[in-house]
Amino acid sequence: MDLLDNLTKTFFDFQAMADVLPQLLQVGLVNTLVISLAATAIGCVLGMMIALMGISPLRWLRWPARVYTDLFRGLPAILTILLIGQGFARFSQQLFGPSPYPLGIIALSLISSAYIGEIFRAGILAVDKGQLEACRALGMGYGRAMRLVVVPQGIRRVLPALVNQFISIVKDSSLVYFLGLLVSERELFRVGQDAAVLSGNLSPLVLAGLFYLIVTVPLTHLVNYFDQRFRTGRRKAAPPVSGLREVAELETAGTAESR
Amino acid sequence: MTMTLPTETRRRAMTTSANYDYSGAALDLRDLTLAYGDIEVVRKISLRVEPGTTTCIIGPSGSGKSTLLRGINRLHEPKSGDVLLDGGSTLAEQPDQLRRKIGMVFQHFNLFPDHTALENVALSPWKVKRLAKKEAFELAHARLDEVGLRERADHKPRDLSGGQQQRVAIARALAMEPQVMLFDEATSALDPELVNGVLNLMASLSGRGMTMVVVTHEMGFARRAANQVVFMDEGQIVETGTPEEIFDRPQSARLQRFLSEVL
Repeated sequence: MDLLDNLTKTFFDFQAMADVLPQLLQVGLVNTLVISLAATAIGCVLGMMIALMGISPLRWLRWPARVYTDLFRGLPAILTILLIGQGFARFSQQLFGPSPYPLGIIALSLISSAYIGEIFRAGILAVDKGQLEACRALGMGYGRAMRLVVVPQGIRRVLPALVNQFISIVKDSSLVYFLGLLVSERELFRVGQDAAVLSGNLSPLVLAGLFYLIVTVPLTHLVNYFDQRFRTGRRKAAPPVSGLREVAELETAGTAESR
Repeated sequence: MTMTLPTETRRRAMTTSANYDYSGAALDLRDLTLAYGDIEVVRKISLRVEPGTTTCIIGPSGSGKSTLLRGINRLHEPKSGDVLLDGGSTLAEQPDQLRRKIGMVFQHFNLFPDHTALENVALSPWKVKRLAKKEAFELAHARLDEVGLRERADHKPRDLSGGQQQRVAIARALAMEPQVMLFDEATSALDPELVNGVLNLMASLSGRGMTMVVVTHEMGFARRAANQVVFMDEGQIVETGTPEEIFDRPQSARLQRFLSEVL
C-alpha cells in the first residue's frame, strides 16, 4: 500500500499536473509543434534536393548527397544538435539574435532532411520507369518530367513514411533543450522537467509525456489509414463489365472502323 | 477522310488541328547501331519508310526490334548511324526536340496514373508545346474524340480497360501532332477481345497518312495494314518486302522458320 501511495505521488500528483498544465499548453506544446513543423518543412525541402541529387545521372551530384545522408543519419541526434547549436552560435547571434532556438530548428532540419531524402529517393525510384520514358517520348526534358509526373507520384506513395518521420521529429525536438532555451521558448519536455524540479516529483513529466502521445498516437493511426488507402486504392467496387460491351461501344462510335 | 465520324466531332477535331488528315514525314534510318555497353544489339540498320506509310517490324524476341524503335526517337542513344526526317539529319538535334516530332506508344501504355484521360492527353501540348491551357484541353478533347473516348475524358487510367488506356496513350502521342508514330508492341498487354479495337485505330491512322513504324506480333495486322514488312533477327534486318512478299513468299530460311512458328 505504501509503495502504491509512493508511486501515485511520484507519477500522478494531480495538483502538480494542474499547476503545469497552462504552461505545457501555452508554451510547451506550441514550441514543440513550431519546432517540429518548421524542421519538417525545411527537412522536406532539403530532403527533396538531396533525393534529386541522389538519383541524378551525374556522379558529382550523387556523391555529395550520399555523404550528407550518411553523415546526418549516422550521427546521434544529440551530437548534431550540440555541434550545430553551439558551433554556429556566433553566426546565429548575428542572424537571429541570442536565442539558440533557430539553430535547434536548423540542426533538426539537417537530421530530418537526411532521413526524408532517403524516403523521397526510395519513393521516386519506386515509380515505374515507364513513366519517365513516356514523358521523354513526349518531348519533356528530364527536369520537367520529374517535376510534373515522376516526383509527385513518388511523394504520394511515401506520405505514410513522411508522417512517421514527423513523429520522430516531434520526439527529437525535446533534445533542443540542451541548447539552453529562454523561458518562453521551452518545449514540452523542458517545461515538464522544470516543473518536475519545482514539484519534487515526476508528475509534470508524465503530463508532458501525455502531450507527446496526444500528438503522436493519432498520427500513427493516420499512417495506418494512409497505408491502407494507398494499398487498396480508392477504387470503388463496381459490377464487372464485359469487354465485349466495350467492343460494341467502339463499333457504334465509328472509330473502330478500319480503312 | 475515310472515317465516318459524327459531323460535330469532325468539325471540332478539324478546328483544333490543322492536319486532321495526317501528313507524315519520310523516315530514313542510316546504318543505325545501338549498343548496351559493348554489346551491339542493333547493327547497322538502314531502312526507308515512305511518308504516310506503315512499316511493320516482326521478328523473334531478342531480335532488337524494340531497341531499334527506341533508337529512332533516341530514348536509347544510338552508338552510330543517323535518323533522317524528310531527308534531314536529326543527329544534331536535341533529343527532346526530335521526340516532339515522333510519337511513341508503349506496350504497357505508361499513362500518368494521377491524371485523368483528358489531362494525360493535354499535359504535353500544354507544358511542352506551351499552348494556352484552354487550347491544349480543346485539342485533348478532339484527340479523345478521335480515339472514341470522349465519354471517358474524366476517368483516371485505373478506371479504364487496357484497350481504353492504350487508346488514351495513342491520343496522347497524337496530341503533339507528330510526323511519325512508333508503336512498341502496343497490343501485347491487352485482353484478346480488345486487341482489334486498338489495331483498327492504328490502321485508321495509317490510312489517313500517318507515317508509322510498328513493332508487332500481330501478323494479321502486318498483312492488312503494312505497306512494308521488315523481318529482324539478331539485331539485323534479314528480309524486307511487301506483306505479300514476306508472308507468302519468304526467301530466307530464318523467316520461313519464324513464320512457321507464329502463323
